[in-house]
Amino acid sequence: MAKNDLQGALDLLILKSLSQLGTMHGYGIVIHIERVSDALLNVEEGSLYPALHRMEQSGWVRAEWRVTESGRTAKYYALTAAGKKQLAVREKNWEQVVKGVQAILRFA
Amino acid sequence: MGVFRRIWALGKRSTVSSENERELREHMQMRVDSNIANGMNREEAERKARLRFGNPVVMKERVEAEDAALGLDSFFRDARYALRGFLKSPGFTAVAIVTLALGIGANTAIFQLLDAVRLRSLPIQAPQELAEVRIAGGNHGFGINDGAYAQFTIPMWQEVRRNHEPFSGIFAWRTTDVLAGKLTDAHRIHGLEVSGEFFNVLGVAPMQGRLIEPQDEAGCEMSKVVVSYPYWKSQMGGQAITPATTVMIDGRAVQVLGVTPPSFFGMVVGDRFDVAFPSCIPPNPRREMFLLSVMGRLKPGWTIDRASGYFGALSSGIFENTAPTGYNADAIKKYKAFRLAVYPAGSGVSMLRDAYNTSLQLLLAITGLVLLIACANLANLMLARASTRQREMAIRIALGASRGRLLRQLLIESGLLAFAGAACGLALANPLSRLLMSSLNTSNGRIELEIATDWRVLLFAAGVAALTAMLFGTIPALRGTKADPITSLKSGARGVAGSRERFSMQRLMVVTQIAVSMVLLVGALLFVRSYRNLVTLDPGMRESGITVAYIGFPFANIKPENEAEYKRQIVEDVRSVPGIQNAASTTQTPLGGGSWTHHIHVGDKEGDSKFTYSSPTYFATMGIPLLTGRNFTDADTNDSPLVLIANQTFIRQYLGNAPPIGQSVRVMPEPQYPERTYQIIGTIPDTKYSSLRDDTPPMAFVPAAQFPVTAQGPGMAMMIASTEGPAAIASVRRVLETKYPSMILQFFDFQQGIRDNLVRDRMMAMLSGFFGVLAAMLVVVGLYGVLSFFITQRRNEIGIRIALGARRWQVIGLVMRDTAAMLLVGVVLGTVLALLAGRAASTMLFGLEAYDLATMVFAFLLLAGIAVLASWRPARKASRLDPVAALRSE
Repeated sequence: MAKNDLQGALDLLILKSLSQLGTMHGYGIVIHIERVSDALLNVEEGSLYPALHRMEQSGWVRAEWRVTESGRTAKYYALTAAGKKQLAVREKNWEQVVKGVQAILRFA
Repeated sequence: MGVFRRIWALGKRSTVSSENERELREHMQMRVDSNIANGMNREEAERKARLRFGNPVVMKERVEAEDAALGLDSFFRDARYALRGFLKSPGFTAVAIVTLALGIGANTAIFQLLDAVRLRSLPIQAPQELAEVRIAGGNHGFGINDGAYAQFTIPMWQEVRRNHEPFSGIFAWRTTDVLAGKLTDAHRIHGLEVSGEFFNVLGVAPMQGRLIEPQDEAGCEMSKVVVSYPYWKSQMGGQAITPATTVMIDGRAVQVLGVTPPSFFGMVVGDRFDVAFPSCIPPNPRREMFLLSVMGRLKPGWTIDRASGYFGALSSGIFENTAPTGYNADAIKKYKAFRLAVYPAGSGVSMLRDAYNTSLQLLLAITGLVLLIACANLANLMLARASTRQREMAIRIALGASRGRLLRQLLIESGLLAFAGAACGLALANPLSRLLMSSLNTSNGRIELEIATDWRVLLFAAGVAALTAMLFGTIPALRGTKADPITSLKSGARGVAGSRERFSMQRLMVVTQIAVSMVLLVGALLFVRSYRNLVTLDPGMRESGITVAYIGFPFANIKPENEAEYKRQIVEDVRSVPGIQNAASTTQTPLGGGSWTHHIHVGDKEGDSKFTYSSPTYFATMGIPLLTGRNFTDADTNDSPLVLIANQTFIRQYLGNAPPIGQSVRVMPEPQYPERTYQIIGTIPDTKYSSLRDDTPPMAFVPAAQFPVTAQGPGMAMMIASTEGPAAIASVRRVLETKYPSMILQFFDFQQGIRDNLVRDRMMAMLSGFFGVLAAMLVVVGLYGVLSFFITQRRNEIGIRIALGARRWQVIGLVMRDTAAMLLVGVVLGTVLALLAGRAASTMLFGLEAYDLATMVFAFLLLAGIAVLASWRPARKASRLDPVAALRSE
């Protein structure tokens, strides 16, 4: 099992959301995750922004300032090629983790 | 690429920072907008958004922590903040930096010497390939050993030169003094006799002209030399070398071939050669004279071990072929059992290394301990500072600073102090190590070492600085950031009794200081007493007012059979000079480190004895009384019965209780020294022989006139007694120069020479004494500071005690009990440590053991005195506390 998988869930959520949304700002990512998960998952800003900035430093996402639909300016994030590769790796790892956890849960 | 972005971002810190702020603000606004859209009023919407978002400052800090460039920038901000803090308390800063500079400087200085003597490689090509061939375990004093690095006889060198499979090149060398200048005004310079391959194998290129090459190795007459760069600069004015350039060596003009590069000082670390000249192989080289050192460059693929195996296998053949004659069978058997082995030689050879290795390591340990005490003091200062800054920390924590952030701030402060201290210390290290080196110079021996701040020294200083910062910074920082904001802000500076915990940490520091300074004081006392033992030791003969003269007459052409009479005449000439009390010739100047041994048989006993051939005036000159029997006379010559005077150890060892006078002593043969039988005619008390430290060996004196004619040579040593000092010696020189124009004369003060042999002991006594005093002073400061601090912390408690009727002496007792407890724990700990450390020093001590009870007790009393001294003022201050004022200030 790859390390950091459970903690890496947030990274996976952000990367996947960005791959689904194309480009999006932080608030949009929070809303997207909330909506798609039927409010089961709640990403806190306190974790989101440090994670986004870390990914930007690592070159997984790039950011630019744009105007939102409602006329505000916001920093929009988008996946880079490295980010896409990273997402694929994380997704595969996550499936392994889920399989493993389920095996444990179903063990009788 | 991330790195570039970060560095680039560094330049636009404020943009990045404000961008982050904007991003987060926009996020908040979007949340507010959506809350309003969900039907909340603006106020409610903003409140909900803020609640969800949390502390915006913390948030911003956390985001910025991810942007590494900003992390770096906040480091600068912390550093600036720390500098501002230092400027506000210049006293603290100055004390801290000066303490660290001295501590780190002293450590670095000693490390620098160790580096120069021990660690650095010779300035030659690929020094790690250089290896030396030696007799494994040495030659045990076999034959004659000329020079400290002599391992090979000429025949041995010839054998090895023919068979050196492991080496791509091999060479032999030796150091030997030569006379420079006109003979009447000659002075000794350092010569380096080298085989032809020397410079080629070492890979030393000429700076001017050419160096010695194999074809230069010809006749034994000195005809060409290579000079060292310093000699060329200072004695030859740095003039260009032409085929006509000559220097006067040993009385003749010799052609100068070239100059070696400035970095090349020869093979001996701590010494420097002036001229190098080709070695010569005389037609019948002496087979018992060890004088050469042989080194080579290992071929690729050959290790030291493999090369050792090669020469080990060759050894029996080599020693079979080169065995000297004129010895008894036992000695020859010993010789043939020698084995050659190979040792690394990339850092050259050095007497200095052997002599000072332990001393320098001990000194490094001592300075390290002093630094430790200084660090403990600084830690206490920092702790005190941390406690006064508790409010500041509490406020910063309350405002949302994380503990990590504050910790970093405090560690940056101690790091800056350590860095400043190390920088000053590094600057101090050079002059300090030079001072130390010059304190080791003696009247006839200068230490020539390249003191340089190389990467090893820099690394060492940086390491020491980091270590000190960790030592004195970490605990106060951890403690300072542990402050609980609520209680700190509420309770002002102190509670009734203060928190016990911090006290115990400071107590621990003081106990450590006392323990370490106990070790240092014991060490200092041991070395000082050992030096005193040496200086006040009675060697059994006169020391003051004695001059040693070395007299050479190689150009007088005296026949060997006439030399004894010639020398007797010179002694008489010196004795008749006005102002001279007495003079005597001798083959051995006592306490000068040399040794002269013959193998003897006395009755059925067999063993070694030291032999000295001296004129009849020797005992009177040196103030040695004759115990029994008679002295030599001028009538004792090679034509009369051979006579001998023995010392007490000789008699004890070989004769027991038998009456010594009239016994015969058989001296076993050696080349040039035929077998002889002497009659004992007198006895003298034990006197020191070659060194003050050594026990007196069996010693025998024989009249100079009975010296074997076969061993005679054109030189002699003379002991001259006079109470009139240099003036009398000047007239001796005048008289001799007039009568013997081509004579080479050198004079040394006997007592000065003895003292010169004690420079190492003097250095250890001085430095360990100095550092011991320094440690004691640091303890005074540390103890004083901590006690004062305790008393400030306990003002309320003491005020209440006084208000309740405690007497003044009871308050003093309270403080003193505290001191006594720390002192006792520290001293017990220190004694254990001192006993452990003493083993390392025991070989360097003279006349006392490392576990000397008196020394321990004295050190304890000294520390107790220091403790009382340091705690007296704070205790008195506490006892005079005005209870009303103390209690009101709460």
